[in-house]
Amino acid sequence: MKIHQVKKITRSTRIPQANAADRCCGSGKGTETASCCGPLMIVAGGEITDKVPGFISWVGTAAEKVPRIATSLTYADHAGACMARWGINRMRYIVPPGRYAIGTPGPDAPVLVTGNYKMSFDMVRNALSGRNAWLLVLETFGVNVWCAAGKGTFGTAELVRRIQKTGLHQAVSHRQLLLPILGAPGVSAHEVAKRTGFTVRYAAIRAEDLPSFLDNGMVTTPEMRKIGFTTYDRLVLVPVEIVLTLKSIALFGGALFLAALLANGFGAATVMTLAYLGAVLTGVAIVPVLLPWIPGRSFAVKGALAGVVWSADLYLYAGGGSWSVTTTIAAFLALPAICAFYALNFTGCTTYTSPSGVKKEMHLGMPAMGSAVIAAVLLLVVGRFL
Amino acid sequence: MFGLRYLENVVTLRLNPAGCTGCGRCVEVCPHQVFALEGRKARIDDCDACMECGACAKNCPVRVITVDAGVGCASGMINEWLQYHNIRRGGGGSCC
Ligand code: SF4
Ligand code: SF4
Repeated sequence: MKIHQVKKITRSTRIPQANAADRCCGSGKGTETASCCGPLMIVAGGEITDKVPGFISWVGTAAEKVPRIATSLTYADHAGACMARWGINRMRYIVPPGRYAIGTPGPDAPVLVTGNYKMSFDMVRNALSGRNAWLLVLETFGVNVWCAAGKGTFGTAELVRRIQKTGLHQAVSHRQLLLPILGAPGVSAHEVAKRTGFTVRYAAIRAEDLPSFLDNGMVTTPEMRKIGFTTYDRLVLVPVEIVLTLKSIALFGGALFLAALLANGFGAATVMTLAYLGAVLTGVAIVPVLLPWIPGRSFAVKGALAGVVWSADLYLYAGGGSWSVTTTIAAFLALPAICAFYALNFTGCTTYTSPSGVKKEMHLGMPAMGSAVIAAVLLLVVGRFL
Repeated sequence: MFGLRYLENVVTLRLNPAGCTGCGRCVEVCPHQVFALEGRKARIDDCDACMECGACAKNCPVRVITVDAGVGCASGMINEWLQYHNIRRGGGGSCC
């Protein structure tokens, strides 16, 4: 029963509405990061002013308040994206919702819809460089399109409201909206058409495909609607995942260190704490990056396998020969379990795991992981008295 | 998707082809190419590739697709699981 309640409030973080020119910390085509569902606090985008990112000038009448914005990103835009990926200042990584002009759009210019997470906004305007278009930014409370669609904030109601609020019916003569494909879970295209007269076209998954979409007579190629999960996509998710686990690492790591210090002295406590930290990092960072190459479909299994490798490494390089039998068994039980837990946690970030699958893994995996850790602790305690 | 496939036979996606008008929306919105159009009817081509995002069901004008979409957040689900079994209290929905 309870699980149903959560449905309304939680949503996976998965990724991207739009991969494109975000050159955070290096080069390459980025994917918009979204760690678990974005900000914890709800922050709205506020009103459009001449302080919006990339502001050039006002267009149309003063009452309309439509800013013309630049399509090139500045150093500050890149730096902000980079920080957001590390979870810094993410709550304020937001732009005001409303209608924006790119180039000098007329009544026949295309209308592109996106959310007000600044990284989404930047990717889309950057992809539209050299074109005339309208950008309709929905209030998604600083959450990327994909997660916002899952929560319903990037949704039919907000789209209809924003169309009316921004006077889109008067601004354009056509009746077509271009939406990101990953916004589709929140929007009912036929509802929007019924309520506003605008037809919805789902253009592409990635903002970087928009130029070729627009140049080729608005045709979505099969490639453009295929979601990927490249090594780079997975890599950029790791920093924020690490930041999010810091608290529990400090808590459990600290407690473990103290307990081991009292029971076994400084040397053993250090080794145990490092073993624990390694298991967490393997689950949080190594498993996501090496995902396609670790055997198995289940994330818990992938995590456990990686954890066994980590335990074996420890055994080989951290003096496993001198471990007692109970310590050795405890290590090979607890470390893979910890790793499996964090690997399972990563399903929230992927672009291909189904909630039903995650649920199944949890019901089978959580008791197994819990028992393994409890058994390991008992073995360590028993081992001390042998 | 390059070897990244999730568990088999868990997905809740269902299609009732009887009412389908062949409009093609489900094909248009699905990021995993789960649907194919055959003549004037949609068909589920690759059910196990579905990630239960709900886009197809939401956009099917005649509502012949159902899928149990929603929870995807593992940490949210783990918290729920812990609470359900009284292992951890409070902090519900801390994920989002
Ligand atoms: S729920 Fe999403 S992934 Fe599954 S078939 Fe529908 S659109 Fe495709
Ligand atoms: S969206 Fe619905 S009506 Fe349209 S093709 Fe798919 S199943 Fe048929």
